[in-house]
Amino acid sequence: MMATPWESELARELKERFEDAIVETSTYLGQNFIVVKPGSAIPLLEYLKLESDFDYLVDITAVDWPKRADRFDVVYILYSFSRNERLRLKIYIPDGYQPETAVGVHLTANWLEREVYDMFGIEFAGHPDMRRILMPDEWQGYPLRKDYGILQQDQRWVQENLGIESGQ
Amino acid sequence: MPDSTFLDSTELVLNMGPQHPSTHGVLRVILKLDGEKVLGTECVIGYLHRGVEKIAENRTYAQFNPYVDRMDYVAAVSNGLGYCLAVEKVLNVEAPPRAQAVRVILTELNRIASHLLWLGTHALDIGAITPVFYCLREREEALKIFEKYCGARLTTHAFRIGGLLYETYDGFEQDIRDFYAMFLPKVDEYEELLTNNRIWKGRLVDVGILSADECKEYGVTGPVLRAAGVKWDLRKAQPYSGYEKYDFDIPTRQNGDTYDRYMIRMEEMRQSVRIMRQAVEAIPEGPIMGKVGKVIKPAVGEAYTSIEAPKGELGYYVVSDGSTQPYRVRVRPPSFVNLQALDRMIRGGLVADVVAVIGTLDIVLGEIDR
Repeated sequence: MMATPWESELARELKERFEDAIVETSTYLGQNFIVVKPGSAIPLLEYLKLESDFDYLVDITAVDWPKRADRFDVVYILYSFSRNERLRLKIYIPDGYQPETAVGVHLTANWLEREVYDMFGIEFAGHPDMRRILMPDEWQGYPLRKDYGILQQDQRWVQENLGIESGQ
Repeated sequence: MPDSTFLDSTELVLNMGPQHPSTHGVLRVILKLDGEKVLGTECVIGYLHRGVEKIAENRTYAQFNPYVDRMDYVAAVSNGLGYCLAVEKVLNVEAPPRAQAVRVILTELNRIASHLLWLGTHALDIGAITPVFYCLREREEALKIFEKYCGARLTTHAFRIGGLLYETYDGFEQDIRDFYAMFLPKVDEYEELLTNNRIWKGRLVDVGILSADECKEYGVTGPVLRAAGVKWDLRKAQPYSGYEKYDFDIPTRQNGDTYDRYMIRMEEMRQSVRIMRQAVEAIPEGPIMGKVGKVIKPAVGEAYTSIEAPKGELGYYVVSDGSTQPYRVRVRPPSFVNLQALDRMIRGGLVADVVAVIGTLDIVLGEIDR
């Protein structure tokens, strides 16, 4: 990605305040994003909400990069009503790492994190209700991981619950 | 005598849906009741899950385009616009002015169609039978225009990445003019039936209140947010597709109850007409397709693009690895996020209000479950 460094007052302020935590502050296609260390996501979200007015958590999602040591990107998309500005906050985490939940900062994180768990198998530590949300509760496997095939399904679940002998 | 009789008031767990006409699809709500009072709810979703985001990773950018129409199928044009803009963003191209104007006209027409379906079914849920016939009658006229333009009425696939595939047909402008000349008096007619209707007000006023702070906390957008008094609309805040050229208002209300959300959507239909009226009189001449190659192959990178869909902020987060297929497409559906606030809105209310609140959120399950 031809991302360029993101220069602004906010970027400087964040760098000053969270010196050790921030890995990268960049901008690409006019969209700003910061990469932080996995453990620092929640303090940063909180700081951004309280001090910089990023009071609307638009989305939480993940991207799977199976060949990378830190396999997953977890992406928090933020928006500030007063600044009319968007910001993406990203962490890179290995498989099995449990990032802290953002529910304490933004209530909307509840379902969004459940969906990330459902699709990628990333569990959020401290989440009040860490269950699947779209897939059936007993489903095995995490569909949006890259090693999960497009035709793959939980044969046992399909046979037991839908009575389709051959699956697909 | 047994210790407790059936006369004792005990908590009752009631299952509503997924096969229930007023859940607007296959939403299942588990209600915990104390008599008629709602103590809490839990939504069970996913019955329509088709793995749209997984499909995206296994199709080319252009091949995935028709799939997005199947998410919010009552506002397929908006979904198509959001996806096309998102891919155009990672490609770093823009649709030509003519295409942008036609996109705006069709998207606003779709907003009206979506709001009409909402109004009809919402009123039907509350117990007013007449509006649904009126609304579907007018919606039909909008769908006819879609059909004449691109051959499809519901899942339109009207736009292409980079612009439009179809030039407008002869008489397109006149059809739009005829539509809004016909439609504006009809909005007054709906309002005559409902706005000051005692039963309508009795069922809606002060029901399902969601304050501005709660909206932000839950990430709720669209008419629900505006009914709580936040003057925020992406068409104004971060204009796309040339919305900055048109003069229109963002209606807001203060109470954030079900009645306010009704009033907001009624006014939004009028504002949509206002936008269409300006756009249709000034469709620029020129090409309808931007500089996009036959093979769509964005550079490595990612972007998040969102639009103001009829239900709220509809976002697409597209990650490209430089190949012809998206590496990841994340859809941020407004209905999914808005539905999460259902519990907050209905807790402490009456069981009869559950139907009103589900209706006022204007959810589409195809978009929630994806």
